[in-house]
Amino acid sequence: MQTLLFALEVSINGFMTGILYALVALGFVLIFKASGVFNYAQGVMVLFAALTLVGLQQGIVPFEHLINNLLGTSIHGFGWNMPTLLALLLTLLSMLLLAWLVERLILKHLVNQNPVILFMATIGLAYFLEGFGDLMWGADVKKLDIGIPVGISDTVEQATHEWFGYGFFIDRLDITASIVAALLVIGLTIFSQFSKTGRALRAVADDHQAALSVGISLRRIWVIVWSIAGLVALIAGIFWGTKSGVQFSLSLVALKALPVLMLGGLTSIPGAIVGGLLIGVGEKLFDFMIGSMIGGATENWFAYVVALVFLLFRPQGLFGEKIIERV
Amino acid sequence: MEQVELANKNDIVMDIVNVTLRFGGVKALSHVSFNIKRGEIRAIIGPNGAGKSSMLNVINGFYTPQEGEIWFEGKRRPRLKPHQIAYQRIARTFQNIALFEGMTVLDNMMTGRMIYMKSGLLSQLAWWGKAEREETENRLVVEKIIDFLEIQAIRKTPVGVLPYGLQKRVELGRALAAEPLLLLLDEPMAGMNNEEKEDMCRFILDVNEELGTTIALIEHDMGVVMDLADRVVVIDHGEKIADGQPDEVRNDQNVIDAYLGVSH
Repeated sequence: MQTLLFALEVSINGFMTGILYALVALGFVLIFKASGVFNYAQGVMVLFAALTLVGLQQGIVPFEHLINNLLGTSIHGFGWNMPTLLALLLTLLSMLLLAWLVERLILKHLVNQNPVILFMATIGLAYFLEGFGDLMWGADVKKLDIGIPVGISDTVEQATHEWFGYGFFIDRLDITASIVAALLVIGLTIFSQFSKTGRALRAVADDHQAALSVGISLRRIWVIVWSIAGLVALIAGIFWGTKSGVQFSLSLVALKALPVLMLGGLTSIPGAIVGGLLIGVGEKLFDFMIGSMIGGATENWFAYVVALVFLLFRPQGLFGEKIIERV
Repeated sequence: MEQVELANKNDIVMDIVNVTLRFGGVKALSHVSFNIKRGEIRAIIGPNGAGKSSMLNVINGFYTPQEGEIWFEGKRRPRLKPHQIAYQRIARTFQNIALFEGMTVLDNMMTGRMIYMKSGLLSQLAWWGKAEREETENRLVVEKIIDFLEIQAIRKTPVGVLPYGLQKRVELGRALAAEPLLLLLDEPMAGMNNEEKEDMCRFILDVNEELGTTIALIEHDMGVVMDLADRVVVIDHGEKIADGQPDEVRNDQNVIDAYLGVSH
């Protein structure tokens, strides 16, 4: 009984991690559906959003290292903290600006190119953003705190203790993250199903030529999609950043999104969510049950092995469209 | 009312003057000129690879010709992007059905109203005021077209699961939803069985007669063309080889040669 409850607790924690995987995977899927671009930079966008948020909030002077080195000054921050809400708003604006710039400077010039070329362009974007973020806000590890409660939830522990005689350790941050992610997904779904622009987004995802023929501007849609991906990156960045500090490794979260995408299918939004949850729960449970027998640290590779198995037996993923090539 | 006034002013909807289109060294169209009159059904025919689809793609802006002019509604058309041309109320269908497969019939047809919907992103996010009014107004227009095409029963069906003939009809409906001044149909009968062809023929004639829509269509089936079209332009190897009433064209020696593959 005790083991079962412990496994349940592990699963719940995995579920919460899975939600964050799903969030990053969602960013990939949105862009891939609308423009056929596999956006390698999605992970770095998470890092960049978190960095910008921390930088603004803590009153770091942008490019202060660079300025100090060039001018021989010794600026160290503005000396004030920006109100969190304002910092959030400005970060969101900078993600929108980023989306606009990406369309202007990259996508516009690469329309109708081979997908591999667009993929390479996003790799370039990833490294640029990473370097630019470091240059702008400094490369040190930063602590992100925007007032989201962290730590083990006493309420949950007490409640579960009363019910099961075993207190679950659930992080309050994970609970908030789950709620926010759920709201985000619901919001995006409603927007895409019931608004004119949402309809245009779905149209572009289905057929570019037909979309053009009814008067939809692809470039406008791309800006919107990258903006949404920026928003998703910001939210993922807030929760991962709060959890583990804002640092380079944040962008590696995106690598966990890859097996999620293999599992869920590159073109399916429900797939990204279900895939994220399965990987999150799966890797925690696997580590808990089998990990100790084979030396532990299975979380590093479990997701990729699952993805590999899926590639062999169901290459389009759980929810992806079956690829039928007309010969 | 507006329609009638325009008709009095000018009965040429589109004038294509001396259009040449090249892909690298290959000439897809070479000095092609013809016009489309208001209210007519204008057919563009020719053997495979003659350049018919290229012509349609020039008209709706997918291709930009290297030479020549296109006059639309009495004005010379500047170089425009395809989605801007949609705003001039030129709508089209595609040879291989290009519907939005994941969406319902209704949603597909609502995209045809995109050019009339101007509410901003924020208004849509709030689903309030202008955005809501706009949806309702445009929905009414779409419902009329749904009735017209007799597809009420499948309004909420995802188009991907519909049979081929019905998909083609929905695609026609999406184009009609834009209340086009010029409707382009790229092989509307391709791949259909006889019954479906007859249905489609009837709808094209109804659209033309009852809605007064000007239509330019590409078609392979000569019998169908002769029944439908008011005037026919024949293209072969990217050049116009004949232009006139169906009967004239049918008996034109150049046309007969082109279809039988006589070398020039």
